[in-house]
Amino acid sequence: MSTVTLAGSSVEVDAEGFLLDAGQWNEQIAQEIARANGIEELTDRHWQVVNFMRNSYLESGSAPSVRSLGKTSGVPIKELYELFPKGPAKLAAKVGGIPKPRGCI
Amino acid sequence: MTDTIEKVSIIISKGSLEGIYPGLIMANGARMEGIETSVFFTFFGMDAINKAKHEHVKVATVGNPGLHLATWAGGVPGVSALVTHQLAREMERLDIPPIPEFVEMIADSGAGLYACKASVDLFKLSSEDFIPQVKDIITVGEFYGLAGGGQIIFT
Repeated sequence: MSTVTLAGSSVEVDAEGFLLDAGQWNEQIAQEIARANGIEELTDRHWQVVNFMRNSYLESGSAPSVRSLGKTSGVPIKELYELFPKGPAKLAAKVGGIPKPRGCI
Repeated sequence: MTDTIEKVSIIISKGSLEGIYPGLIMANGARMEGIETSVFFTFFGMDAINKAKHEHVKVATVGNPGLHLATWAGGVPGVSALVTHQLAREMERLDIPPIPEFVEMIADSGAGLYACKASVDLFKLSSEDFIPQVKDIITVGEFYGLAGGGQIIFT
Protein backbone atom coordinates (compact mmCIF):
# COMPACT_ATOMS: atom_id res chain seq x y z
CA MET A 1 0.00 0.00 0.00
CA SER A 2 1.25 3.47 -0.81
CA THR A 3 0.01 6.99 -1.33
CA VAL A 4 0.42 8.55 -4.75
CA THR A 5 -0.67 11.78 -6.38
CA LEU A 6 -2.97 11.29 -9.38
CA ALA A 7 -4.46 14.25 -11.26
CA GLY A 8 -3.62 16.51 -8.33
CA SER A 9 -5.27 14.41 -5.62
CA SER A 10 -3.58 12.20 -3.10
CA VAL A 11 -4.93 8.62 -3.30
CA GLU A 12 -4.06 5.28 -1.74
CA VAL A 13 -3.17 2.42 -4.09
CA ASP A 14 -2.07 -1.21 -3.74
CA ALA A 15 1.22 -2.65 -5.04
CA GLU A 16 -0.20 -2.91 -8.59
CA GLY A 17 -1.69 0.57 -8.64
CA PHE A 18 -5.35 -0.27 -7.95
CA LEU A 19 -7.17 2.33 -5.84
CA LEU A 20 -7.90 1.06 -2.33
CA ASP A 21 -10.85 3.39 -1.79
CA ALA A 22 -13.28 3.63 -4.72
CA GLY A 23 -14.57 6.87 -3.17
CA GLN A 24 -11.29 8.68 -3.91
CA TRP A 25 -11.81 8.20 -7.66
CA ASN A 26 -12.74 10.81 -10.25
CA GLU A 27 -12.64 11.05 -14.05
CA GLN A 28 -9.33 12.90 -14.14
CA ILE A 29 -7.75 10.14 -12.06
CA ALA A 30 -9.19 7.61 -14.54
CA GLN A 31 -7.56 9.43 -17.47
CA GLU A 32 -4.22 9.50 -15.70
CA ILE A 33 -4.32 5.77 -14.81
CA ALA A 34 -5.31 4.97 -18.41
CA ARG A 35 -2.37 6.95 -19.83
CA ALA A 36 0.05 5.27 -17.44
CA ASN A 37 -1.24 1.89 -18.72
CA GLY A 38 -0.88 2.53 -22.42
CA ILE A 39 -4.31 4.00 -23.26
CA GLU A 40 -3.65 7.51 -24.58
CA GLU A 41 -7.23 8.74 -24.56
CA LEU A 42 -10.34 7.19 -23.03
CA THR A 43 -13.00 7.08 -25.77
CA ASP A 44 -16.77 6.77 -25.25
CA ARG A 45 -16.41 2.99 -25.72
CA HIS A 46 -13.73 2.83 -23.00
CA TRP A 47 -16.01 4.80 -20.70
CA GLN A 48 -18.92 2.48 -21.41
CA VAL A 49 -16.84 -0.44 -20.10
CA VAL A 50 -15.24 1.46 -17.21
CA ASN A 51 -18.57 2.85 -15.98
CA PHE A 52 -20.22 -0.55 -16.32
CA MET A 53 -17.44 -2.21 -14.28
CA ARG A 54 -17.49 0.48 -11.64
CA ASN A 55 -21.27 0.57 -11.28
CA SER A 56 -21.50 -3.23 -11.06
CA TYR A 57 -18.86 -3.20 -8.36
CA LEU A 58 -20.52 -0.42 -6.38
CA GLU A 59 -23.91 -2.16 -6.62
CA SER A 60 -22.89 -5.77 -5.98
CA GLY A 61 -19.49 -5.60 -4.30
CA SER A 62 -17.80 -7.57 -7.06
CA ALA A 63 -16.67 -6.73 -10.58
CA PRO A 64 -18.04 -8.68 -13.57
CA SER A 65 -15.99 -11.31 -15.44
CA VAL A 66 -14.85 -10.76 -19.03
CA ARG A 67 -17.60 -13.18 -20.08
CA SER A 68 -20.37 -11.16 -18.46
CA LEU A 69 -18.77 -7.90 -19.61
CA GLY A 70 -19.03 -9.25 -23.16
CA LYS A 71 -22.66 -10.20 -22.64
CA THR A 72 -23.98 -7.24 -20.68
CA SER A 73 -21.79 -4.16 -21.10
CA GLY A 74 -22.80 -3.68 -24.73
CA VAL A 75 -19.18 -4.10 -25.85
CA PRO A 76 -18.36 -7.53 -27.38
CA ILE A 77 -15.31 -9.49 -26.21
CA LYS A 78 -13.28 -8.83 -29.36
CA GLU A 79 -13.66 -5.09 -28.93
CA LEU A 80 -13.01 -5.30 -25.17
CA TYR A 81 -9.54 -6.65 -25.95
CA GLU A 82 -8.99 -4.00 -28.63
CA LEU A 83 -9.87 -1.27 -26.15
CA PHE A 84 -7.87 -2.79 -23.29
CA PRO A 85 -5.08 -4.90 -24.84
CA LYS A 86 -3.45 -5.55 -21.46
CA GLY A 87 -6.59 -7.28 -20.14
CA PRO A 88 -10.10 -5.74 -20.18
CA ALA A 89 -11.38 -6.71 -16.74
CA LYS A 90 -8.13 -5.85 -14.99
CA LEU A 91 -7.50 -2.55 -16.76
CA ALA A 92 -11.12 -1.36 -16.72
CA ALA A 93 -11.18 -2.04 -12.97
CA LYS A 94 -7.94 -0.13 -12.47
CA VAL A 95 -9.12 2.84 -14.54
CA GLY A 96 -12.51 2.72 -12.78
CA GLY A 97 -10.90 2.93 -9.37
CA ILE A 98 -12.14 -0.42 -8.05
CA PRO A 99 -10.15 -3.41 -6.71
CA LYS A 100 -8.54 -5.91 -9.07
CA PRO A 101 -11.09 -8.62 -10.02
CA ARG A 102 -10.12 -11.94 -8.47
CA GLY A 103 -12.03 -14.31 -10.78
CA CYS A 104 -10.21 -16.92 -12.86
CA ILE A 105 -12.54 -16.60 -15.84
CA MET B 1 6.98 -6.06 -9.78
CA THR B 2 9.16 -9.12 -10.27
CA ASP B 3 9.58 -11.06 -13.53
CA THR B 4 6.53 -11.29 -15.77
CA ILE B 5 5.37 -13.78 -18.42
CA GLU B 6 4.75 -12.08 -21.77
CA LYS B 7 3.88 -15.03 -23.98
CA VAL B 8 2.51 -18.59 -23.54
CA SER B 9 1.71 -21.51 -25.81
CA ILE B 10 -0.71 -24.00 -24.33
CA ILE B 11 -1.08 -27.56 -25.63
CA ILE B 12 -4.38 -29.36 -25.04
CA SER B 13 -3.95 -33.09 -25.69
CA LYS B 14 -6.82 -34.81 -23.88
CA GLY B 15 -10.42 -35.11 -24.97
CA SER B 16 -12.31 -35.47 -21.69
CA LEU B 17 -14.02 -32.51 -20.03
CA GLU B 18 -11.43 -32.49 -17.23
CA GLY B 19 -8.72 -32.81 -19.86
CA ILE B 20 -9.84 -29.81 -21.89
CA TYR B 21 -10.98 -27.22 -19.32
CA PRO B 22 -7.66 -26.64 -17.52
CA GLY B 23 -5.92 -25.64 -20.75
CA LEU B 24 -8.81 -23.38 -21.75
CA ILE B 25 -8.83 -21.72 -18.33
CA MET B 26 -5.07 -21.18 -18.53
CA ALA B 27 -5.39 -19.71 -22.03
CA ASN B 28 -8.27 -17.40 -21.16
CA GLY B 29 -6.54 -16.38 -17.94
CA ALA B 30 -3.39 -15.53 -19.87
CA ARG B 31 -5.31 -13.24 -22.22
CA MET B 32 -7.02 -11.62 -19.22
CA GLU B 33 -3.56 -10.64 -18.03
CA GLY B 34 -2.63 -9.30 -21.46
CA ILE B 35 -0.27 -12.22 -22.16
CA GLU B 36 0.18 -13.19 -25.84
CA THR B 37 -1.39 -16.66 -26.17
CA SER B 38 -1.53 -19.56 -28.62
CA VAL B 39 -3.45 -22.79 -28.06
CA PHE B 40 -2.37 -25.95 -29.87
CA PHE B 41 -4.93 -28.78 -29.96
CA THR B 42 -3.53 -32.26 -30.47
CA PHE B 43 -4.87 -35.84 -30.33
CA PHE B 44 -8.24 -36.04 -28.56
CA GLY B 45 -7.79 -32.47 -27.36
CA MET B 46 -8.96 -31.58 -30.89
CA ASP B 47 -12.51 -32.48 -29.77
CA ALA B 48 -12.64 -28.99 -28.25
CA ILE B 49 -12.48 -27.42 -31.73
CA ASN B 50 -14.27 -30.17 -33.68
CA LYS B 51 -17.67 -28.86 -34.82
CA ALA B 52 -19.31 -32.28 -34.48
CA LYS B 53 -17.86 -33.06 -31.06
CA HIS B 54 -17.26 -29.89 -29.04
CA GLU B 55 -20.78 -29.89 -27.58
CA HIS B 56 -20.49 -33.52 -26.49
CA VAL B 57 -17.31 -33.60 -24.41
CA LYS B 58 -17.81 -35.67 -21.24
CA VAL B 59 -16.19 -36.34 -17.90
CA ALA B 60 -14.30 -39.65 -17.90
CA THR B 61 -16.08 -41.70 -15.25
CA VAL B 62 -14.04 -44.87 -15.86
CA GLY B 63 -10.39 -44.93 -14.87
CA ASN B 64 -10.71 -41.61 -13.06
CA PRO B 65 -9.75 -42.19 -9.41
CA GLY B 66 -10.40 -38.53 -8.62
CA LEU B 67 -14.13 -39.16 -8.83
CA HIS B 68 -13.96 -41.78 -6.03
CA LEU B 69 -16.50 -43.84 -7.91
CA ALA B 70 -16.26 -47.64 -8.25
CA THR B 71 -14.99 -48.56 -11.71
CA TRP B 72 -18.07 -50.69 -12.45
CA ALA B 73 -20.35 -47.79 -11.45
CA GLY B 74 -18.48 -45.39 -13.74
CA GLY B 75 -19.16 -47.74 -16.63
CA VAL B 76 -22.93 -47.90 -16.14
CA PRO B 77 -24.63 -46.30 -19.18
CA GLY B 78 -25.61 -42.72 -18.49
CA VAL B 79 -23.25 -42.15 -15.56
CA SER B 80 -20.75 -40.16 -17.60
CA ALA B 81 -23.56 -38.00 -19.01
CA LEU B 82 -25.01 -37.48 -15.54
CA VAL B 83 -21.70 -36.46 -13.94
CA THR B 84 -20.99 -34.18 -16.92
CA HIS B 85 -24.41 -32.58 -16.57
CA GLN B 86 -23.92 -31.92 -12.85
CA LEU B 87 -20.48 -30.44 -13.41
CA ALA B 88 -21.74 -28.26 -16.26
CA ARG B 89 -24.44 -26.86 -13.98
CA GLU B 90 -21.91 -26.06 -11.27
CA MET B 91 -19.63 -24.42 -13.83
CA GLU B 92 -22.42 -22.23 -15.19
CA ARG B 93 -23.07 -21.07 -11.64
CA LEU B 94 -19.41 -20.01 -11.42
CA ASP B 95 -19.65 -18.20 -14.78
CA ILE B 96 -17.43 -20.79 -16.53
CA PRO B 97 -18.77 -21.10 -20.10
CA PRO B 98 -19.49 -24.39 -21.90
CA ILE B 99 -16.59 -25.54 -24.12
CA PRO B 100 -17.88 -24.16 -27.48
CA GLU B 101 -18.54 -20.71 -26.02
CA PHE B 102 -15.28 -20.76 -24.07
CA VAL B 103 -13.19 -21.59 -27.15
CA GLU B 104 -14.92 -18.83 -29.13
CA MET B 105 -14.33 -16.39 -26.28
CA ILE B 106 -10.62 -17.28 -26.21
CA ALA B 107 -10.39 -16.73 -29.99
CA ASP B 108 -12.18 -13.37 -29.61
CA SER B 109 -9.69 -12.40 -26.93
CA GLY B 110 -6.99 -12.52 -29.61
CA ALA B 111 -5.42 -15.91 -28.84
CA GLY B 112 -4.39 -18.00 -31.87
CA LEU B 113 -5.99 -21.46 -32.10
CA TYR B 114 -4.14 -24.21 -34.00
CA ALA B 115 -4.71 -27.90 -34.76
CA CYS B 116 -1.88 -30.44 -34.86
CA LYS B 117 -1.09 -31.73 -38.36
CA ALA B 118 -0.01 -35.20 -37.24
CA SER B 119 -3.30 -35.70 -35.36
CA VAL B 120 -5.37 -34.27 -38.22
CA ASP B 121 -3.73 -36.77 -40.60
CA LEU B 122 -4.10 -39.62 -38.12
CA PHE B 123 -7.82 -39.05 -37.60
CA LYS B 124 -8.37 -38.21 -41.30
CA LEU B 125 -9.72 -34.75 -40.54
CA SER B 126 -9.48 -31.47 -42.46
CA SER B 127 -10.01 -27.78 -41.68
CA GLU B 128 -13.68 -28.33 -42.60
CA ASP B 129 -14.12 -30.35 -39.43
CA PHE B 130 -13.04 -27.49 -37.20
CA ILE B 131 -14.77 -24.37 -35.97
CA PRO B 132 -13.90 -21.31 -38.10
CA GLN B 133 -11.86 -19.74 -35.27
CA VAL B 134 -9.06 -22.27 -35.86
CA LYS B 135 -6.36 -20.29 -37.66
CA ASP B 136 -4.38 -23.13 -39.16
CA ILE B 137 -3.31 -26.77 -39.06
CA ILE B 138 0.39 -26.71 -38.19
CA THR B 139 3.30 -29.09 -37.70
CA VAL B 140 5.20 -29.52 -34.45
CA GLY B 141 8.05 -27.52 -35.96
CA GLU B 142 5.73 -24.65 -36.81
CA PHE B 143 4.33 -24.81 -33.30
CA TYR B 144 7.80 -24.40 -31.81
CA GLY B 145 8.34 -21.50 -34.20
CA LEU B 146 5.17 -19.81 -32.91
CA ALA B 147 6.09 -20.56 -29.31
CA GLY B 148 9.51 -18.92 -29.62
CA GLY B 149 10.47 -16.63 -26.78
CA GLY B 150 7.57 -17.74 -24.56
CA GLN B 151 6.55 -20.45 -22.12
CA ILE B 152 5.01 -23.76 -23.19
CA ILE B 153 2.35 -25.43 -21.05
CA PHE B 154 1.33 -29.02 -21.84
CA THR B 155 -2.02 -30.28 -20.60
